[in-house]
Amino acid sequence: MQSQLPIYPEQASNFAPQVDSLMTFLILASAFFTIAITAAIIFCFLKYHRKGTNDIGAPIHGDMRLELTWIIVPFILAMGMFGWGAVVYVDYRHAPQDTLDIYMVGKQWMWKGQQPNGRREINELHVPVGRDIKLILASEDVIHDFFVPAFRVKMDVVPGHYNTMWFRPTRTGRYHFFCSQYCGTNHAVMGGWVTVMEPSDYAAWLSGSTGEDVNPVIAGEKLFAEKACSTCHLSNGTGRAPSLNGVYGGSVHLADGSNVTADDAYIRESILVPSAKIVAGYQPLMPAFQGQLTEEQIMSLAAYIKSLQSQPVPATGAGVTAPGKK
Amino acid sequence: MSTTPPKSPGHQMPEEHYLNATYGIRSWLLTTDHKRIAWLYLMGVTFFFSVGGIFAGMIRVHLLTPTGFLVTPETYNKLFTMHGVAMVFFFLIPSIPAVLGNFLLPLMIGAKDVAFPKLNLLSWYVYITGGCFVLYSFATGGLDTGWTFYTPLSSVYSNSAVAPAVIGIFINGFSSILTGLNFVVTIHTMRAPGMTWFRLPLFVWAQYATSIIFILGTPVIAITLLLAGLERIFHLGFFNPALGGDPILFQHLFWFYSHPAVYIMILPAMGVVSEIIPTFARKPIFGYTFIAASSIAIAVIGFFVWAHHMFLTGESTYAALAFSLLSYLVAIPSAVKVFNWTATLYKGSISYDTPMLYALGFIGLFLIGGLTGLFLACLGLDIHIHDTYFVIAHFHYIMVGGAIMGYLGGLHFWWPKITGKLYPEFLARVAAVTLFIGFNLTFGPQFILGFLGMPRRYHNYPPEFQVLNVLSTAGASILAIGYLLPIAYFTWSVRYGRAAGPNPWPATGLEWTTASPPPTENFDVTPVVDWEPYDYKNRPDLGLAAPVAPLAPAHGDD
Amino acid sequence: MHRTGELYGHYQTLGQQKESATLGMWIFLATEILFFGGLFMTYTVNRHTYPDVFAFSSRTIDLKWGAINTVVLIGSSLTMAMSVWSAQVGKKKLVTTFLILTLILGSVFLGIKGVEYHAKYVEHHIPGSNYDLYYCTSNPDACGLNGKALEDEKRELADLTEKVGGPVAVNSHSQLFFSLYFGMTGLHALHMIVGAGLLLWLIIESMKGRFTPQYNTPVENIGLYWHFVDIVWIYLFPLLYLIDRH
Repeated sequence: MQSQLPIYPEQASNFAPQVDSLMTFLILASAFFTIAITAAIIFCFLKYHRKGTNDIGAPIHGDMRLELTWIIVPFILAMGMFGWGAVVYVDYRHAPQDTLDIYMVGKQWMWKGQQPNGRREINELHVPVGRDIKLILASEDVIHDFFVPAFRVKMDVVPGHYNTMWFRPTRTGRYHFFCSQYCGTNHAVMGGWVTVMEPSDYAAWLSGSTGEDVNPVIAGEKLFAEKACSTCHLSNGTGRAPSLNGVYGGSVHLADGSNVTADDAYIRESILVPSAKIVAGYQPLMPAFQGQLTEEQIMSLAAYIKSLQSQPVPATGAGVTAPGKK
Repeated sequence: MSTTPPKSPGHQMPEEHYLNATYGIRSWLLTTDHKRIAWLYLMGVTFFFSVGGIFAGMIRVHLLTPTGFLVTPETYNKLFTMHGVAMVFFFLIPSIPAVLGNFLLPLMIGAKDVAFPKLNLLSWYVYITGGCFVLYSFATGGLDTGWTFYTPLSSVYSNSAVAPAVIGIFINGFSSILTGLNFVVTIHTMRAPGMTWFRLPLFVWAQYATSIIFILGTPVIAITLLLAGLERIFHLGFFNPALGGDPILFQHLFWFYSHPAVYIMILPAMGVVSEIIPTFARKPIFGYTFIAASSIAIAVIGFFVWAHHMFLTGESTYAALAFSLLSYLVAIPSAVKVFNWTATLYKGSISYDTPMLYALGFIGLFLIGGLTGLFLACLGLDIHIHDTYFVIAHFHYIMVGGAIMGYLGGLHFWWPKITGKLYPEFLARVAAVTLFIGFNLTFGPQFILGFLGMPRRYHNYPPEFQVLNVLSTAGASILAIGYLLPIAYFTWSVRYGRAAGPNPWPATGLEWTTASPPPTENFDVTPVVDWEPYDYKNRPDLGLAAPVAPLAPAHGDD
Repeated sequence: MHRTGELYGHYQTLGQQKESATLGMWIFLATEILFFGGLFMTYTVNRHTYPDVFAFSSRTIDLKWGAINTVVLIGSSLTMAMSVWSAQVGKKKLVTTFLILTLILGSVFLGIKGVEYHAKYVEHHIPGSNYDLYYCTSNPDACGLNGKALEDEKRELADLTEKVGGPVAVNSHSQLFFSLYFGMTGLHALHMIVGAGLLLWLIIESMKGRFTPQYNTPVENIGLYWHFVDIVWIYLFPLLYLIDRH
């Protein structure tokens, strides 16, 4: 559990050692300057303490070389701190390709998790050790934040936006998670536990679903038909809307000439405000579903669309640009 | 230990001065004398400091136990919000500019008053009006949104008295704007003959830089809070996603002011330190031009770093990189100041008077606060320490260890000029040391708490965090004594203190060439300046000796 | 209480007094730029997010009145500048004349704004519980819509509704537009009312003959303020009235 020396949390993710090294570097640099300045002050205080009541000090006005030194040296150190921190952050903000995706919905004052097979959790998150995990975060009301100190990761959960975060747990165990963006009365008790398990234990836990859990892909498929998406988005590409086979993760060519990657945010936006990005060669016919679907329904649809990744992409009428074409 | 005010008596209070020139409540409430307006502000900021301080005390007591025993969660959330609002908007931002700045600016530049004295009085009334609205909010349900008012919590979900609070802060903003306007014009047009820009005391440079931020930043928070208030009252949708708005837009607009605001809080304190150190080392400040330029640089660069409060909102990685880089750049001028102050001590003739103790405490604590800012600007670290007690510790080191120590140091330094009386030196040093110790004990452990993962704004916490919380509360009780002592002995000294005379330290500024307390029109004869600042060597009028040891050739000496 | 034109006690010279007043006014205008700037920024972000709804909403504002107001306000800046010039060349009667003209034109502007706001009130375009962008197509008589104009508006509104995803979205996003419309033009109108008050004071003082070539700082500075308010309108007009006009 907690380390013996209670000044840093245990390291349980791929980011923890990186963050801790960065911390050590900054502590050493800071300690150096703090000690140097403090020593200089104490030295001057003792050596130059006033002797005669009317004594004055030496009229030294400045020294350009000294000024330049103590501008340039801190600047170089600062750039080092910036650079190293930037490297870690950029890695953190770009999840790897093959992640285990789990949805976490924050609302006042609880967390609802949904595993890939539909298994739900409340204020708990079960993950397998050694896998890259991506959390897809949504809020139903105010801004929250999902924070796991042992992993050294957090991300704001903003209503109206999707945010994602990723990490790779490196040790089994149970670790705190906290809400760390003030969200009202019970902000302080809106936490829970992340349980990191061996892959086999995780698989066993995952399949122990109770009857009421629905596989989101199946729920999404039903919704896709119910909301009449299937009347336009024919999978063979002959419909009024592009086929969604293979769309997720691919490159989409838009009517304005640009290309976008069909990631989670794109799928969500295309459902809620389709007029924002029209696929090249198609009319802006799709109605917007903003305000008509709950977060869970959006997630189910997204899960279903993602499951079409492996379906055959039609030669014409595909949503995604086939490799080899522009 | 040598103390500077001479032990031998022999000073009398002048017969007529600005405090006794006119009598009666009307002469105070309708005054246009910048020195009296400074007193009005002193009363106001001390009141709001006490309000904020009581809330802070309650917070620390509540956090003695992991489940909290003092107040309900709703009340706790109101306590930290109201602590923040009272301290930031009604104490820290006005304190040094409106109290010390108002009193000293005309004296330091050799003028009779600021450029717009009636506007100055209006600023105070605007401040009080804004304060009344906020007090009304506190009294009728309180405020529980956090001082940062993030939407949609503040504009839609909160059940507290948000509307009067944002109205009050909106109104208070105009007090800042008018003060900043007044100061800039005063510094440009009201300088005495011979007072060129580079003969100005560094406190004036600091006020100028602060005033730039007042002028350019405050209008943005005004409009932001206005929009949030309108959203709340009329159910509009600027920041509410359910109505098509964007909560992140609020954060951008809010922090565009609130980041430069922290420079409003620290630049004047740095100006105070730049006055105290040469005085109590009795030599010129090392690197005058660099310190003056760094104040302006901080004010300017400070406008370009706001989104470092938003690294984890999902903003673009490019934006995050840019803001992190700029945040490191803004640290450099502050570092320059710290080095220059330290270098000023070299070959000085140093005494340990209370103002000097506060100034040195400032350097040490601001150093830690500023360095920990670099931790937060570091993108990789911020992922972990954002919104934890690390942030709280960082900004309290700057605002209490920095700004408040600068404010107290300045109050002690200029108290003889403001009141004509000396405060009791021994007791003052005890208070300064008490404050220093109490402060470090309160906020030092919070860095560790933050890195361990304790988030901010928590009324409950996991039991493993208790030891550090108890340490912090213990420190707070010592800190409280450090605050109460000056209130007590300053009040005592107004009646019973020894007369100070015009220049007890002595210091080289223009304000010290007139009586203590000064006459209403500041100077009997308009001064004509033909000396450089902090020039102890060429001021025989101060009655001090030449330097004892022969000088080694100093680089850059003119 | 000092009379206008005399040296205030804390200044050394009249030149210092004038320099201070003018610098003060410029700095005040700088704060106003930042103040309106926050609103303009909010408008710009929302306009970018909801281009179609904003364009439609903009078309429901009567361009005619906005154009007339623009001419009126530019005219008032001209008369204001003439007033300053008159003071500088010592034509005291003209100073008053031009100030009165400026005040009249400013009042015309405010009056027309009142007419526009009234129209918005009638059409249920004022944000709040009564707001409904669909009111006019459902109650054409109340809004004075008929014939081709009515058919066009019904069709455009229907297209917009389908594109954006329903009447709820259309109403909330267009309410954003109108909130900003009233916020920006309302803040501007407030500044004009303050300006009108200042003009009244100037008129009274000028009738006492106070403003001479040696001393006309208040006219000049209030002129600066008036020109600034005019410039804000020059930005408001295209941003609010001229989106996507065919």
